[in-house]
Amino acid sequence: MKRTNRIAAAAVMVFAAAVLFAQAKKSQKIVCEGSTTVFPIAQATAEVFMERNPGVEISVRGGGSGVGAASVCEGTCDVATMSRPMRDSEMAKAAGKGRKLKGHIVAMDGIAVIVHPSNPITGLTAAQVKDIYTGKISDWSAVGGSGGKIVVISRDSASGTFEAFGALALKGAKVRGDALMQASNQAIAGMVAKTPGAIGYVGLGYITDEVKAVPVNGVKASRETVLSKKFPYSRPLYMYTSAEASELVKRYIDFIKSEDGQKIVEAQGFVGLR
Amino acid sequence: MVRENVLKWTFGTLAYTSLLVLLAITVVLFQQGLPLFGRVNAWEFFTGIHWYPTHEEHPEYGILPIIIASLCTTAGAMLVCVPLGVGSALYLNEIASFRQRAFLKPVVELLASIPSIVFGFFGMVIVAPFVQKLLHIPVGLNLFTASLILGIMAIPTVCSLSEDALSFVPRSFREASYAVGANRWQTLTGVVFPAAGSGISTAVILGMSRAIGETMTVLMVAGNAAIIPKSIFDPVRPMTSTIAAEMGEAVIGSTHYHALFAIGLMLFVITFVFNIAAELISRRFRIKLGLGA
Repeated sequence: MKRTNRIAAAAVMVFAAAVLFAQAKKSQKIVCEGSTTVFPIAQATAEVFMERNPGVEISVRGGGSGVGAASVCEGTCDVATMSRPMRDSEMAKAAGKGRKLKGHIVAMDGIAVIVHPSNPITGLTAAQVKDIYTGKISDWSAVGGSGGKIVVISRDSASGTFEAFGALALKGAKVRGDALMQASNQAIAGMVAKTPGAIGYVGLGYITDEVKAVPVNGVKASRETVLSKKFPYSRPLYMYTSAEASELVKRYIDFIKSEDGQKIVEAQGFVGLR
Repeated sequence: MVRENVLKWTFGTLAYTSLLVLLAITVVLFQQGLPLFGRVNAWEFFTGIHWYPTHEEHPEYGILPIIIASLCTTAGAMLVCVPLGVGSALYLNEIASFRQRAFLKPVVELLASIPSIVFGFFGMVIVAPFVQKLLHIPVGLNLFTASLILGIMAIPTVCSLSEDALSFVPRSFREASYAVGANRWQTLTGVVFPAAGSGISTAVILGMSRAIGETMTVLMVAGNAAIIPKSIFDPVRPMTSTIAAEMGEAVIGSTHYHALFAIGLMLFVITFVFNIAAELISRRFRIKLGLGA
């Protein structure tokens, strides 16, 4: 009788330990949210990190830099992926909630100007790009093209890429009203690939064979020109975490910054920092 | 007795739940939308033609192009779905054999069960490039394509409700018409159609309500440029897609945030008016046919 009791007790303890262990494992979770530009970096590094650290679960969501910033301020995500630095207002909001945020540059990105592959244009100046996007130029013949209406495609006004492009290329001027606003880099690349008169801008990682990247001021958007900042539209990409982030989150960020992590960044078409 | 009371209260509560939800939505819309007018001049909001809500130094909140876009896409959608919807209803009710009708009506109604994102995807990937190539226009995502897809989406609403209206026309009306020597066509255009007229109007108004409120499809196929269209091949940006595209990133409590709620409020008022009109007209219709209110 006593013996069976003991066995039962042991079984219960083993079971409880297993449950606790499973729960401990479950709590190894990181939530990343934010920029669609940084999404491929977060996703690809998360996959490798999860493979190397069994039991860790990283979920990566898009939504845009602003969404990421709001979530990390609220504490609903651990890592905010952002294609622009955190604004002062956002930092203040986090401080208001008692959170101190820490930013990490995880990669460099170039915003390439793309056109349809059939477009004969061989280069644009930064001034021409600005004029096209602000509405001063509306026909390809004005910039040495073969004529026809320029279909101007932009990211929607809420995206970090839009903000970065606005700052880097338009110097704060307003995008023309008849620009077609698309919700993602992918959508812009897809539309430019299908529209002969189109011009768009995407992160370096989204240049495919279906579109043509146009040199700006005579500089091609490439790894070297972005790292050296010769290419006019280059920018750092960020991940923001709480300054008191868990050990696991720190390890994940360190992994992205490591040599292996940066190799993954490169493989995704971005420019690594080392 | 107790059981009866329990049932009565349970189902009563359930029935009033939707009323409660409606009230809650209305309150939130007004609460979040109205503060805008403390920060932006109402006249400038409704008549301004520049929509730059996120510009750092000089944000502008003019929604006229956005309202016009919604009205244009809805009107365009009606041009597509009224002939198709009402036409199919007439065929189904008046001409089709019993077997055809038993097959066709469910098929038309099945169109309503296709998720709007599928319509949007279809429009973006197949219709837009086709329209662009066929008509040699700069871009396929425009008012025309959006209207076309929205019109197709509203067909089930218009067709099914029109068909109901036609089937409510009493047999005696037709028999009387045939008795005085009218042929089938004369009966259809002179008696049945006018008798079902207000019922069909209701169907059309509810179709409009469906088209103006549709979000995903227009977000994908309308092109999303906040301009007043000069031709039907210009891209437009209706109210719904503006809210959908920007709400995710609008900072809570900012002017942009309240502006989006104000657009939502406006949309709510429009569809509310549509639905009230539909209800009033259909009530008159039932009285006219002696079906009771």
